[in-house]
Amino acid sequence: MTGWLSTILIVLPVAGALAVWLAPLPRHWVGSLATLVSLVEVGFWIDAVRRFDFGSPALQLEQRRSWFSDLGVSWHVGQYGFSLWLVGLTAVCGAAACLYAWWVGRERPRAYFGLLLFLTGSIAGVFSAQDLLVFYAFFEAMLIPLYVLIGVWGGAARMRATITFVVYTVAGSLLMLAAIVVYGLQQGTFDLTRTGQSGNDWLFLGFAVAFAVKAPLWPFHGWLPDAYRESPAEVSAILSGVVSKVAAYGFLRIAIAKFPDPAHDFRVPILVLASVGLVYGSLLAFRSPDFRGVVAYSSLAQMGLITYGLFAANDLGFDGSVLQMVNHGLISTTLFLLAGMVERRAATGELALLGGMARGRPALATVLMTTGIVALAVPLSSSFAGEFLILAGVFQQGWGWAVVGAVAIVLAAMYMLRLISAVLHEEPGPAVTEAALDLRGAELAVVVPLVALLLVLSAWPAAVSGHSFLGLP
Amino acid sequence: MIPRPHVDWFALAPSLAMTGAAGLLLLVAVLVPRRWRKPAAAAGAGAGFAAAFALAVALAAKSPHATTAVAHAVFRDRWAALAQVLVAGCGAVAVLLSYGERWREEHVAEYYALLSAAGAGMAFFVQASNLMTLFLGLEWFSIALYVLCAIDIDLVGSLEAGLKYLVVGAVGSATLLFGSALVYGASGALEFDRIGAAGGAHDSLLVLGLAMVLAGLAFKTSAAPFHMWTPDAYTGAPTPVTAFMASATKVAALAVSYRLLLTAFPAEEHLWTWAVAGIACASLAVGNVAALAQRNVKRLLAYSSVSHAGFMLIPVAAANALGGRALLYYLIPYCAMSLGAFGVVAARERELGAPVTLENLAGLGWERPFLGVAMWTFMLGFLGFPLTGGFLGKFYAFAAAYEHGWWWLIVVGVAGTIVSAAYYLAVVRAMYFRDAAELQLTPRVAGGSPPRDPALGAGVAVCLAVTVGSFFAVQPLVDAARSAARALPF
Repeated sequence: MTGWLSTILIVLPVAGALAVWLAPLPRHWVGSLATLVSLVEVGFWIDAVRRFDFGSPALQLEQRRSWFSDLGVSWHVGQYGFSLWLVGLTAVCGAAACLYAWWVGRERPRAYFGLLLFLTGSIAGVFSAQDLLVFYAFFEAMLIPLYVLIGVWGGAARMRATITFVVYTVAGSLLMLAAIVVYGLQQGTFDLTRTGQSGNDWLFLGFAVAFAVKAPLWPFHGWLPDAYRESPAEVSAILSGVVSKVAAYGFLRIAIAKFPDPAHDFRVPILVLASVGLVYGSLLAFRSPDFRGVVAYSSLAQMGLITYGLFAANDLGFDGSVLQMVNHGLISTTLFLLAGMVERRAATGELALLGGMARGRPALATVLMTTGIVALAVPLSSSFAGEFLILAGVFQQGWGWAVVGAVAIVLAAMYMLRLISAVLHEEPGPAVTEAALDLRGAELAVVVPLVALLLVLSAWPAAVSGHSFLGLP
Repeated sequence: MIPRPHVDWFALAPSLAMTGAAGLLLLVAVLVPRRWRKPAAAAGAGAGFAAAFALAVALAAKSPHATTAVAHAVFRDRWAALAQVLVAGCGAVAVLLSYGERWREEHVAEYYALLSAAGAGMAFFVQASNLMTLFLGLEWFSIALYVLCAIDIDLVGSLEAGLKYLVVGAVGSATLLFGSALVYGASGALEFDRIGAAGGAHDSLLVLGLAMVLAGLAFKTSAAPFHMWTPDAYTGAPTPVTAFMASATKVAALAVSYRLLLTAFPAEEHLWTWAVAGIACASLAVGNVAALAQRNVKRLLAYSSVSHAGFMLIPVAAANALGGRALLYYLIPYCAMSLGAFGVVAARERELGAPVTLENLAGLGWERPFLGVAMWTFMLGFLGFPLTGGFLGKFYAFAAAYEHGWWWLIVVGVAGTIVSAAYYLAVVRAMYFRDAAELQLTPRVAGGSPPRDPALGAGVAVCLAVTVGSFFAVQPLVDAARSAARALPF
């Protein structure tokens, strides 16, 4: 049974997607079936955590079947501590997205929910894959539902958004495919647990560019503003909350673990890119005219910070990064969902037209305030713990990086507070009418668990940071 | 008295089955009353292809060791047999796709007869073991295809397509024939292996002959710069014919090219590997860039087939056992995707009564969910996305290039694929992403639901199953390809 758990975590949502597409269910049942599947997925993940031995550095919940022996490719999945947390993030955010989409009632529900589940399954696959070809297959498979979800259900500028998104990601991932072919054939196997380390700079760059596009890191973020603004809110939530973590995970599991020397050689350039992204993203978030823009650019900044931790290349940095991945995943998902809820009420996300929503809407105000405060990393919050670890880690590479990071945290406080006051406080904006109600029960059922998880992590950040690493795999 | 060679009828059986079907269908054309002619002809052609498929499978099973038969005129080995399996499979699917086409009733049996004859020619062509049978096979299937392109004289562009294909194809055949003559002059042999044994590494006559033979075959592969006929012929020909040409012709031409180059010209390997790599790069560049500008879907797919010729020439250029496997494996999903994609185009064409463009593809995905999902899968497969065999095909091709030590060929392939994303996804975008208001819901002939075409649906379903199935069932397919590639002298 334990061997099957990783496979189940991947296959369950995909099977759910097939069921949603093919089963002759009445329309209104589709959303509930999808939500049910996504909740069962969370249940399986909890079971996986229960069975997982956090005291062991070995690969667990492992399953392996030969796919084609010719080139040594196998279906090999399993979990390390840090990947298990990211699978959990996927399951939780996927369930939240499904639940929200169900409540909103998307058009063409069959296609929509099927794609959402398929997306969840393929992201879980990326985090679990222990074979490079399986990893790549899921990495690419992720793109298919995202492309359609944005292209069909997105906003007015969705065409441009999908084109830039696809051009960037396909270019990045095909370079990775070339790197995978060369690296795998050099090593004689594509199994990540058996391949050795390589010192080839070009291969490292092939992987690094793919992940830098996916994250995105500055200057590969050209697709980000359009994609995050034009997607349906829950798709933006997954895109920024979970899909961006795939890139960070890839850096950790492949680029750094398998290419230690090139990672060392390219550390300074990558840290410079991360710093630029961190400061630039924060400034853009501060100047952004709309709700989603703030969250989107803050996501760019946060990915810079997470990259900081990864390329600090020490345990402090790694621990901090994984914790911050989980934090930012939850925060970003919550904020994008809240953005969607606000947009539904005001028919716009323009900050200039919003304002004064706190009055008479206590639930919205409380949830947004809490999330925002965690996001700006006040002491005792989980973000504070994560960012502290990252800065402590990167400090060992040079105090200058830590200073930039600290400045960015101040900037984060500025843009978050601006967002909160522009939405909740000040004079009621022209778009905010009396008809705009407080959050409804269903909406609270979506966001309150996410916020509760953030609060639990704030109280006990070591749940993640202390249970992720016992040395790089 | 001319000595009569021993004839191994079993070695010729797949080809003979299709020839027999062609002969029978010509009788159908005159004997069967008009009312029954269409189903009878289609059934006859289908049975011919099915029999050829089964015989080719049996031939593969019973020919573990490569030999020649019929006075060294044909090979009897798994390489040829596997290619015949693919050709016969393509033919069978093409019959399914053709059934709903609005043929002139008086031509319908001749159409299927020519289709069977073309299949028979290809089956003969892939087992050719000397330059005479090679040329004979080439002309055999080419002539059938010239007529097939022009058969629908009511269709605008069909005659033009046939004529263009005929003229350019004749140039290709002439080039091949002239090259063969030069090779014969230099080596004094017609059989591939004897040409190879004759050596003559630095014989300029032989090298010139090799270049011309290569060019002649590249015309059939529609690899750049020998692809000029492809877009016009593919666009003008009736869509089921295009589907058959795009898939089966490519199988035949590529399988034969690989065998001919390895068997007859081992001493010139350093030359032809570079030449093939050059042709591959040219095809990737021309096919992908030209496809970007197309609005007509058949034309777009024609250029995509040029770029895929380039992709499949990468394993040929690699000239190693992995390359042999890669080519045969790649051909399986490729055939399925081409046939399927043209099949969906044919369905839309019948629905609209007009050439299919990216504009009037709008809404297909929502109106006809099955065809939409199928087309989507084929496009992603061409693009090399996972969950389709196209992904592993590209992966194998790259692996073969790497094993040859040519990582730059991988880079060219990757660059081509990145460009191709733009037009393949444009098809998906056209089918799904238009606003409901923009969707010009089909100008149907007399109202009602779109024409039902179960045969075409079945054909597309088979293609879909092969495209996706070849991703999951890699092991058996690669094993088959491996044992086939053993027949070639790597």
